[in-house]
Amino acid sequence: MNSRILHIATNTFREAVRDRVLYNLIAFALLMSIAAVLVGQISIHIERLVVINLGLTAVSLFGLVIAILIGIGLVSKEMDKRTLYTVLSRPVRRWEFIAGKFFGLTGTLIVNTFFMAIGVFAALAYVSHHFVRSDAWVLAALYFIVLQFVLITALALFFSSFSTPIFSAVFAFWLFVIGNFAGDLRNFAAMTHGVTRALATAAAYIVPNFSDLNVISQVAHGEAVPIRLIILNTAYVTVYALAVLSGAVVIFERRNLK
Amino acid sequence: MTRSQKLTAVASLILIVSMASAVVLVRTLDRSRPQARLQEVLYVSSPKLLKRLSLGYEGLLADIYWTRVVQYFGGIHAHGGGQYKLLWPLLNITTQLDPHLMPAYEFGSTFLCAKPPNGAGMPDEAIELVRHGIRNNPSDWHLYYDLAFIYYDQKDYRDSAEAFLHGSQLPDAHPFLKIMAGQMAEHGGDLATARMMWSATLQNSHDSMIRANAAAHLRAIQADADVIVLEQLAEQYRQRKGHFPENFSELISAGMLRGEPLDPMGHPYRLEPGGKVVVSDPDYLPFLDTGLPEGYVPRHVPRLPPAK
Amino acid sequence: MPAIEILGLEKIYNVGFWRKRTRRALHPLHLSVEEGEIFGFLGPNGAGKTTTLKILMGLVFPTSGTARILDLGLDDPRMKAQIGFLPEQPYFYDYLTARELLKYYGQLSGVDAKYLSRRVDDVLDQVGLANSANVQLRKFSKGMLQRAGIAQAILHDPKVVFLDEPMSGLDPMGRREVRNLIEKLKAAGKTVFFSTHILSDAEALCDRVAILHMGELRGVGAVAELTAGVHGKVEIVWHGTNVPSVVRSITAEIHSAAGITRAVLPEESQDAVLEGLRREGFHLISLTPVRTSLEDYFVAQLGSATKEEAVSIRG
Repeated sequence: MNSRILHIATNTFREAVRDRVLYNLIAFALLMSIAAVLVGQISIHIERLVVINLGLTAVSLFGLVIAILIGIGLVSKEMDKRTLYTVLSRPVRRWEFIAGKFFGLTGTLIVNTFFMAIGVFAALAYVSHHFVRSDAWVLAALYFIVLQFVLITALALFFSSFSTPIFSAVFAFWLFVIGNFAGDLRNFAAMTHGVTRALATAAAYIVPNFSDLNVISQVAHGEAVPIRLIILNTAYVTVYALAVLSGAVVIFERRNLK
Repeated sequence: MTRSQKLTAVASLILIVSMASAVVLVRTLDRSRPQARLQEVLYVSSPKLLKRLSLGYEGLLADIYWTRVVQYFGGIHAHGGGQYKLLWPLLNITTQLDPHLMPAYEFGSTFLCAKPPNGAGMPDEAIELVRHGIRNNPSDWHLYYDLAFIYYDQKDYRDSAEAFLHGSQLPDAHPFLKIMAGQMAEHGGDLATARMMWSATLQNSHDSMIRANAAAHLRAIQADADVIVLEQLAEQYRQRKGHFPENFSELISAGMLRGEPLDPMGHPYRLEPGGKVVVSDPDYLPFLDTGLPEGYVPRHVPRLPPAK
Repeated sequence: MPAIEILGLEKIYNVGFWRKRTRRALHPLHLSVEEGEIFGFLGPNGAGKTTTLKILMGLVFPTSGTARILDLGLDDPRMKAQIGFLPEQPYFYDYLTARELLKYYGQLSGVDAKYLSRRVDDVLDQVGLANSANVQLRKFSKGMLQRAGIAQAILHDPKVVFLDEPMSGLDPMGRREVRNLIEKLKAAGKTVFFSTHILSDAEALCDRVAILHMGELRGVGAVAELTAGVHGKVEIVWHGTNVPSVVRSITAEIHSAAGITRAVLPEESQDAVLEGLRREGFHLISLTPVRTSLEDYFVAQLGSATKEEAVSIRG
């Protein structure tokens, strides 16, 4: 069972690479190089701040775009192109297919982020000429960005199992936006009453909680990321992704392929 | 030429002409809507809303707004100064997006306070900015220094001393704060105090505009001190000779001066009837308190030599 | 134990914007295929052949009924490991090469990693793709894709092979090769279930056929049985373009070209016609029995069906 998931994941990674997704690293490298060189003109004394802010924001945005663009087609593309026929007629369970696709895209994003991390640290070394201990927290910020990718990938995959790519992209994007307001939504729900409260609370907890995964500004100022936050976020993302993927499996199990 | 080649040529020509026209049109649009360009500097007027909209990327957005602050200020300053109407909104947004962006507080405390054409002339907003900084960075002594400076600039020596005192009690506080607390409480209005304040800024700030500003203040302080000394000499002359000197040559002949006195910008002082001393080119010495000619109104801030 | 047992499989689709209207793709189907048979599944386009296959492959879920393959349920992975499937007009991951594709499928089918490489090369050889093993599938012609499809269907040495329109897109050489392949599969003891609308292929290969029309089974049996009931015909060819009266009275299937005429007549009238030709002095060239083709049977079945429906509609 596990080897089939691994094979499907590996194939998904291979597809992404042959789709030239890794070329985005060139654009990223260019961006970081230009930034590293120009940042000295903006303001001396805050080069480290700007490089980390810019670098991590770029890692997050690039990855988000890739996660959505590839994620929305993970299932729907195979259904449209009928490549699924020869896969599902083999001893591959439908849920294994979903799991394989999920791990394949997540793996692609982790590899991509790894290379980008090297770029960020290289730029940081260039502008500040040495590392300080607090730079290690940049790794924590990168880890949280990867957790964001896990959530988005799960959501895009979920929508892909029953919706067309355009709608999947729109839904996934808006859930990311609203998810950043999740904290505000919870506060708002606490202030309302009655039916509104019930609806708002439900919405506040169904929506993915992206707001606690944003530590870019913190880390850019050299502040530490609490271990407790790391553990809680990891647990939350694991549980939430599991829920979303289960939803995808439930939908996909009963689909008649055209 | 074949038909296909003709088509390619025509299409390419249309492409080039259209793009050129587009560029011309955009420039015309820019010229006809100068106001729009000013306002679009802000994009969104509510800082809290903007922070929400930045979806977790507010750090970078703050850095972008900070560069706009620097560009905005530098641009107006290079053209002789002005009102800097957008300085406060920009700094407000910057510090709401990133309350830990320390250079913004230092910049704001200096240039929001200063009167036009050197700054925005908004001391209350400057205080609000720095207090926001203190709330979010309670253990940073630099902010108390900035606050003390604003009160000093407004000649509120008591509050300034109190700010210095507060700041001096923080861990890692520069010992200078304790010294200034005492100095400000006793001799707030003295030139010596002013010299101490502005020298500290000149030495400690990393921002070139702030340092240039401090240097200009120090030159003004020097000129003020010179004027006082020269007027004292004129008074001594009157006591000796019974009338005020006509010009400095008389003071030199009397052995009271060694040569023509020059202000810190290298321009000669002028002796007015009645023993008053003024500077001949007040434009080059902004921030002067004494020594200003009758009815002088500062028009613009010329380019001053950079701080050393 | 039958290799394939279809027990009342039925499929009704809900169509329309509000999913209110229904479309019956398959009437309850009962069918059984023995091990080692080559079984042809015939019918015009839209008859429900592909629907049946998709249900058997677990790609579509039946409205009612079940099926068993090798006496295992349709969702049993042990069953899936022993069947191969070639879909109609197959699509594959076009960014993979033929070898990579087969390796991937082999891994998914649980082929032992030790043998996988060799097996892939074997199969590529068998379907004639050895030279294109490292070419990306996006560069394959339709015929090559069809061969790749057959390759992946037999890669893991399945006991039952399902082929949906295996000859589609192939030139005559290719079709000959596929026919040889199917015969080889039978010789190796496999069961082959293939659907097609080209009757001559079915006639040449199949032990038994089933005919499907508008979702309903219209006949099952060995080709010989199905065509036995219909009376034979003969084809008579003679010199000249005149037609003897006796011939004209029996049949209208008369063609003249290049100085000779041929007519197709019922077998029983053979003697009367020969007598007529001799009497009127025609020069006979040949007399050949024309075997009733599956096509005739097919058309007859479908013809009667449509006539029945026409009657029932008119009430």
